[in-house]
Amino acid sequence: MPSSDVVVQIDQLSKVFRVGFWGKRVTAVDQLSLSVRQGEVFGFLGPNGAGKTTTIKMLMGLIYPTSGRASILGHPIGDPASKAKLGFLPESPYFYDYLTSHEFLNFYGHLFGLWGASLDTRVDELLELVGMTHARDLQLRKFSKGMLQRVGIAQALINDPELVVLDEPMSGLDPVGRKEVRDLIFRLKESGKTVMFSSHILHDAELLCDRVAMIMKGKLVACGQVSDLIERGATHEVEMVVDRLSPEGLAQLRLLASKVVLQGERVMVVLASQQSVDEALDVIRAAKAKLVSLTPHKASLEDLFIREVRGGQPAAEVHV
Amino acid sequence: MKVLSIALNTFRENLRDKLLYNLLVFALLMIGSSLLLMRLTLGEFHRLLLDVGLGSINIFGVLIAIFVGIGLVNKEIEKKTIYTIVSKPVARYQFLVGKYLGLTITLFVNTLIMAGGLLLVLVAQEVPIDGMLFKALGLIFIEFMVITAVALLCSTFTSATLSAIFTLAAYVIGHLTADLKTFGAKMGEGGQMLLNGLYYVLPNLERFNLKGHVIHHLEVSGSDLLLIVAYGLIYVTFLLVSASIIFQRRDFR
Ligand SMILES: Nc1ncnc2c1ncn2[C@@H]1O[C@H](COP(=O)(O)OP(=O)(O)O)[C@@H](O)[C@H]1O
Ligand SMILES: [Mg+2]
Repeated sequence: MPSSDVVVQIDQLSKVFRVGFWGKRVTAVDQLSLSVRQGEVFGFLGPNGAGKTTTIKMLMGLIYPTSGRASILGHPIGDPASKAKLGFLPESPYFYDYLTSHEFLNFYGHLFGLWGASLDTRVDELLELVGMTHARDLQLRKFSKGMLQRVGIAQALINDPELVVLDEPMSGLDPVGRKEVRDLIFRLKESGKTVMFSSHILHDAELLCDRVAMIMKGKLVACGQVSDLIERGATHEVEMVVDRLSPEGLAQLRLLASKVVLQGERVMVVLASQQSVDEALDVIRAAKAKLVSLTPHKASLEDLFIREVRGGQPAAEVHV
Repeated sequence: MKVLSIALNTFRENLRDKLLYNLLVFALLMIGSSLLLMRLTLGEFHRLLLDVGLGSINIFGVLIAIFVGIGLVNKEIEKKTIYTIVSKPVARYQFLVGKYLGLTITLFVNTLIMAGGLLLVLVAQEVPIDGMLFKALGLIFIEFMVITAVALLCSTFTSATLSAIFTLAAYVIGHLTADLKTFGAKMGEGGQMLLNGLYYVLPNLERFNLKGHVIHHLEVSGSDLLLIVAYGLIYVTFLLVSASIIFQRRDFR
């Protein structure tokens, strides 16, 4: 159902690489379908080697799909019309290291047909935006990884794109750097842009994304709103720590618990669901033991992720 | 315009590349010292000066064309700098042609510098300079353009090392193509077909060699000169189109 508010539409996209002397087939992306909507921050998640970069490279026209198709802003991938409205930051980017950041951004502006005074102001604005004004005349070879990431983001925005695609924009950055990238993505969203970014760090996605897709071994395993996916992955586990529990009390708790850990006087019990909390509390009171703590397990995308990695089986897609 | 910005950026890249300066300094030293050493052979002095001078310019220019040319595209793919270019509204052929023009500008400047060095020596040694020398230098430059295009074509489908070997082979055989036919005539049918094939596919680089004319004060007609230049440019176009077709299909991975 492609509609006008769909910015990226991916249909049954696959990529098979041939590697090594014998041309062994490696399926990096396997029949992937998903769509990114106008104005949202879309997280493209998956463990290392899941096929995120391969998918993004196909969208950017760097490699050709083995089968399937995709469109960006209503044009088939690789169409200059869509490239003009697109910004892209590759994974661990390398740029022309003999250029200063100012020369670099100017050069990339030219590639969009931007010249003259308007480009100059644009370049200065962007350097300001990513906090690199001080390094304006420094050659990129002298940049740290974090600085490269920043000019990388600046070059992705040079044409004031409608869609910004970032491949692992936060990897390799320190906590402050990650926070800055997150803030920047929020600001892009506020100014009405669509942002698609990949990450293998779920925490970032949870804070940022309207919707996410999770892929594994090239296949889509989940796609939907972050809150829904968290709900799906949630375990509702409750962890209790109890002191001075009698052997009878312990025996009764074992029946309710999914996991029991003994540490001398202290007992740690994990309950599989909140329903058994009341029963467990009754047991503890009856045994005259002391409840030290009771902690509901906070659900996160990580739970779903880990469950999918362990399970290995692609789950049905949630449509939202 | 996009092609031009890529070309100028490539030129800037070359200007900031140490390899190029080393090659150039080395070339100037070689040309200078070999010319000075030859003061001994008095009789043929002028002839040798011109012969060795033009010869060294040719060799060193070709070396620069090959060693910078093979890296033009490969380096961009290896360092992934091409990712951000190709994802912008730049067609792949525009990128290729831009890189090619950039190196051509570099080679042009290099040729000017080396030619300047040669002229200095010639003037110092009171060798009479005539127009044919400049025509010869011009054709040497056209030959550089052909060699650069060969290097670029090779680097669109193979590694830097193999590209260097192929291009060097094309340069050497390209100067021997006339012999290929003669040689082929003496061989069996299979060998003859192969050598004939090479004769027609490889550029006939001897056409760009006017050293003999310079040394023996022979003339080349304007129309002949034009024909040679046209031959070079058409050959370059053919190579660039082939390179673009291969490059267009390539996965950057
Ligand atoms: N150029 C390539 N040649 C062969 N296999 C590749 C290539 N690039 C990626 N792959 C394989 O494709 C799979 C997906 O890789 P990638 O897209 O880089 O994953 P991610 O970005 O999610 O970490 C991996 O198994 C990887 O080994
Ligand atoms: Mg990746």
